[in-house]
Amino acid sequence: MELKEKLISSFMAFENLVDVDLPVHDVRSEAIKRFESQGFPSKKEENWKYTSLNNVLKHNYSVFPKHDNAIEYNDVKKYFIHDIDTYKVVFIDGKYASHLSQTTHEGIDVCLMSSALSKPKYQPIIENYFDKVATKDGLTSLNTAFSCEGAYIHIGKNISVAKPIQIVHFSTGSEAALMLQPRNLIVVDENSHVQIIERHQSLTDNPVLTNSVTEIYADKRAIVDYYKIQNDNENASLIDNTFIDQKRESVTSVHTFSFGGKLTRNNLNFYQNGERIDSTLKGVTIIGNKQHVDHNTLVHHIEPNCESHQDYKGIFGDSATGVFNGKVIVNKEAQKTNAFQANNNILVSDKATINTKPQLEIFADDVKCSHGCTIGQLDESAMFYLRSRGIPEKEAKALLMYAFSNNVLSSVKIPEIKQRITKIIATKLGVNIGFDL
Amino acid sequence: MLKINNLHASVEDKSILRGINLEVKPGEVHAIMGPNGSGKSTLASVIAGKEEYEVSEGEILLDDENIDELAAEERAHKGIFLSFQYPVEIPGVSVTNFMKAAINETRKAKGLPDMPANEMLKMIREKSEMLEIDRKFLSRSLNEGFSGGEKKRNEIFQMAMLEPKLAILDETDSGLDIDALRIVANGVNKLKSKDNAVIVITHYQRLLDYIVPDFVHVLYDGRIVKSGGKELAHELEEKGYDWIKEEVNA
Repeated sequence: MELKEKLISSFMAFENLVDVDLPVHDVRSEAIKRFESQGFPSKKEENWKYTSLNNVLKHNYSVFPKHDNAIEYNDVKKYFIHDIDTYKVVFIDGKYASHLSQTTHEGIDVCLMSSALSKPKYQPIIENYFDKVATKDGLTSLNTAFSCEGAYIHIGKNISVAKPIQIVHFSTGSEAALMLQPRNLIVVDENSHVQIIERHQSLTDNPVLTNSVTEIYADKRAIVDYYKIQNDNENASLIDNTFIDQKRESVTSVHTFSFGGKLTRNNLNFYQNGERIDSTLKGVTIIGNKQHVDHNTLVHHIEPNCESHQDYKGIFGDSATGVFNGKVIVNKEAQKTNAFQANNNILVSDKATINTKPQLEIFADDVKCSHGCTIGQLDESAMFYLRSRGIPEKEAKALLMYAFSNNVLSSVKIPEIKQRITKIIATKLGVNIGFDL
Repeated sequence: MLKINNLHASVEDKSILRGINLEVKPGEVHAIMGPNGSGKSTLASVIAGKEEYEVSEGEILLDDENIDELAAEERAHKGIFLSFQYPVEIPGVSVTNFMKAAINETRKAKGLPDMPANEMLKMIREKSEMLEIDRKFLSRSLNEGFSGGEKKRNEIFQMAMLEPKLAILDETDSGLDIDALRIVANGVNKLKSKDNAVIVITHYQRLLDYIVPDFVHVLYDGRIVKSGGKELAHELEEKGYDWIKEEVNA
């Protein structure tokens, strides 16, 4: 049976597991219908021209993992940012892992989607925000249909959350192949500030496909900094659908670090619903083998006097393939928009490929919009310069690649994340030199 | 220390060096002068191990060892240093980080542990003071946005940090005003000892007033066509290169 049919028929079994009397279930029922009519995207769709899901959809995924798998903190400590105090919302095979988590209800809510969906006190937030900014395409609808677990974060007015929040999803290989549909809702009220780190990590070689949806709402003057660390093993694939709704004078940033995984697709969407909004989208991709990373971004400038800054760097080795498709829409009303986009790539192998496509749709006449994409090789004269100072070829290459990514790293506000990323880059490039000197 | 025998080199089948002979002994300063396009920078790059150049004939010996097959970094580990005519800008790598990587990679090649951080900092402080380099400058990205003079001063700072056996200064005077020239030359002179040697490649005699050569060679059309003492540099300054060309072509 094809995965699509399997998922649709699993929906009835899913209904036996959840409370179908909750209002959210109507949203799910509508969503499964949409998935039924739309299905998975194919390469015929413009947005999926360079990314085929065929290879990752062919496995016979389990939709409901059978049992909780206990893993000890020490075994997975390395996947956390563990040298600073953080809140943690951790899942194992899609189920909440309380022993690895540190949630809170003190002043802020950092807890579970399952609670938020079922408990009456969260209903106003769920009604106002759940599945509101998310688009209604096939993949997002699929996630909505099966949405029952994930992180729920609500920061009330005027709170600067002292500790970053980590959302970590582990998969253990208890199933031959596993499909996960995590659903996160993050609501940040006016004048509040929060930092979030998200990671998906498979602990076995069994295939895993994660189709994740995250909705983020940044109210007036809210500040949200979001970091996605994508360094999964090479049998794990991720489709990340993130939707950010920004209100007046809010400032949000998403940094995506893509180093691992078999196929990674980031659908990152910003909607600027207010004036003087600032949105930042940055990413570093360093992949090899037959890995594939696709950044599909959208910034929708709806109102005047807003800014967006996009900066994506990619380094592709072996037979790796990359895609950058950056769409910027500036509505007629959105005068004085400043929208910047840059996508720079280095191909370090003859077989590596990058498809990069800026897409600007500008309907206002008084705006500053720029975009630029480059594809190149490592600079030979720079290589000779470094080597003439005694830095061997491999290390010189690594240093240049690190330097190339440094623009993106420099805006990471949590030093521990920067250190971690630096270390991952060094490991990835197979060198043992400290970049962070 | 350095012995070059009948060196022929070409790039993309274009022959540039056509039989260079040169011997540099410890403690000596050699100047290589010559008109544009005579092969001065090529000679410097070939000694430092730039891969684009093909050595078709002859040999380069460093302490009696043939270094033809060695990569640029291996030559650096053996003590060859090239001060670039056009130092490359490397955004994202600070001067300090770059020097740490260079020093520690060289130590690693010699089987030594990394230089302790405090020792490194002390050395950076001393050498930057010697070349009157502002400390803030060291945390900037390597050569990015540096003026011509800053780039050259930074090259000599790197030389001071790496303490090479043989330093080749390729047009280090170009882009320097007179004050910077003096600082750079003083730096080079302070680093001079009886155990190391310097090859100064220059178009003009100006730098040689400060770094006084023991030998001056004139490179023309890929060959050393004339050698002499420091007075040869003055003669070239006065008379230009045409008389050399005429002599050779005659």
